Amino acid sequence: MDFATFLVQCLNAVQYGLLLFLVASGLTLIFGIMGVINLAHGSFYMIGAYLAFVLAPYFGDWYLTKLLAGVVLAAVFGYLLEWAFFSFLYQREHLQQVLMTYALILVFEELRSMLVGNDVHGVQAPSWLAGGFKLGELMSYPWYRVFASVACIVLALALYGVVNRTRLGMMIRAGASNRDMVRGLGIDIQRLYRIVFAGGVALAALAGMIAAPLSSVYPGMGGSVLIICFVVVVIGGIGSITGALVASLLVGFVDTFGKVFFAEYSGIGVYLLMAVILVWRPEGLMRRSF
Amino acid sequence: MRPWIVPVAAALLLAALPAVLTPYTQDLVVKIAIYAVFALSLELLVGAAGLVSLGHAAFLGIGAYVTVMATGDGGGASALWLLPAAMGAAALYAAFVGALSLRTKGVYFIMVTLAFAQMAYFVFHDTKLGGGSDGIFLYSKPVIQFGQTVLLDLDRKPDLYYTVLAALVFTYALLGLINRSRFGHALAGIRVNEQRMRAAGYTTYGYKLAAFVIAGALAGLAGFLLAVKDGAVNPELLSWHESGAVLLMIILGGIGSLRGAVIGAMAFTLLKELFQSEALLGPLAGHWQLTLGLTIIAFVALLPKGLIGLKARLAGGAHA
Repeated sequence: MDFATFLVQCLNAVQYGLLLFLVASGLTLIFGIMGVINLAHGSFYMIGAYLAFVLAPYFGDWYLTKLLAGVVLAAVFGYLLEWAFFSFLYQREHLQQVLMTYALILVFEELRSMLVGNDVHGVQAPSWLAGGFKLGELMSYPWYRVFASVACIVLALALYGVVNRTRLGMMIRAGASNRDMVRGLGIDIQRLYRIVFAGGVALAALAGMIAAPLSSVYPGMGGSVLIICFVVVVIGGIGSITGALVASLLVGFVDTFGKVFFAEYSGIGVYLLMAVILVWRPEGLMRRSF
Repeated sequence: MRPWIVPVAAALLLAALPAVLTPYTQDLVVKIAIYAVFALSLELLVGAAGLVSLGHAAFLGIGAYVTVMATGDGGGASALWLLPAAMGAAALYAAFVGALSLRTKGVYFIMVTLAFAQMAYFVFHDTKLGGGSDGIFLYSKPVIQFGQTVLLDLDRKPDLYYTVLAALVFTYALLGLINRSRFGHALAGIRVNEQRMRAAGYTTYGYKLAAFVIAGALAGLAGFLLAVKDGAVNPELLSWHESGAVLLMIILGGIGSLRGAVIGAMAFTLLKELFQSEALLGPLAGHWQLTLGLTIIAFVALLPKGLIGLKARLAGGAHA
């Protein structure tokens, strides 16, 4: 492997890892704050990817506007979903949440198949991000992947800012550590949860929209992302955003280089990574940060 | 009433059933009984020990794959070693997964078991081992024969039916005994308060691992039966949809009782069969995932204690 190839693979690994982080951070946020295991989180990623496909004809090259429209739709959808299905689950056991969210996956998959069919679709990257820049003699690196990485970094910083520097973030952190106290202080915790949930849905959907031109959209894409996100959350430590970031990048590298070196067995790499880390640190790499 | 009367009556009824069943309904009963074995094996983890595993299909799949792969091309293999091989392989993987995942708790445990099942899924899905994503066929069913006398040939319908029934009775009785044994009481203690059990001098990790391995072996038994019944295996057996479905069965039936697991397996299999039936539901049958999903949501909303809780609810009114 020459240096340019190595560099391209590294960039790919970082880009994939950052994308995973967007999905996994929503998952860990929803679990850490609301205590809900959301198996349907992968479906939100899938919904985002399909939104990117469905909305594309209406926006043309207004790519950022399209992303914005998709995020708004996803957030509204998440808000309504929390109101309709999740709000009565908080008092219940984890098992009931697992059951409900598993059922939601079935519903979302079937609705997807009814609305847009079971074909694999490609989504075009916007023309102003077409092409790539040269790396070494033979390699070039697509601009769209650069955009994806930068967008994820911006979002990660924004997320960090919201959680650690704003009044909303303060309420979120307080709500995570002591629900009753926050309620006692007169904060509408139900609404707070609804906002967090909508935010998590929007993050996952945005990740799906960004990923769509890279991986195309296909049935079952939500399930595979969900399980990788579980690996990320387990490695990083539940409820730790920093842990999720470190673990996402780690998984990105293991997966990308696994595909280069052990093509046939590459699917197993990240699970072996998880096994090793579990033996070493059963609680994950980082402690919960909120 | 003694607790064993209903199960024994049910077993006798099942034994007499083939006399009146059509081939289709007999197949359905076999399918339900196999899933009941599978659901019971998970009930040992979730109901008895409080360990919610979302990767139980891995053991079912490994049992099924070993059954097919160890049979080979020439004639039916002897069930006398094929069945222990299938269960043993599932138990071995369960020992590996359990040893690692039992270091974690609660939600972590759910995710870790899921991830390890997914790892096994990828082994069968991505590699040439076991025919890749297409799976493989089992051309000759297991037999038991001494010299020229064939005692059991699982290619014959009645033989399969009674073998499956025997497996269900065995599993039910075994778990019933476990629940009443010292080991079962220790598991119950761990479920309620692990701290206290450890303080009382129990090595809780060992107990949980033993439960995990037994549950894995029993899931391997279900896998063996499923492979024999269907005559084929594919990686979907190990998929997380299958793990979710079996967890669903025991929640649907009602956690914490063996009867609940069997009822849940029956209800789930029948619901799925019903929603997939074009004769009954017409074009809606093509969208069975939607109807099944919505039904489950309704169950979660209305029956937090599962179908078992329904009886109490009807009898006891508001106290259910």
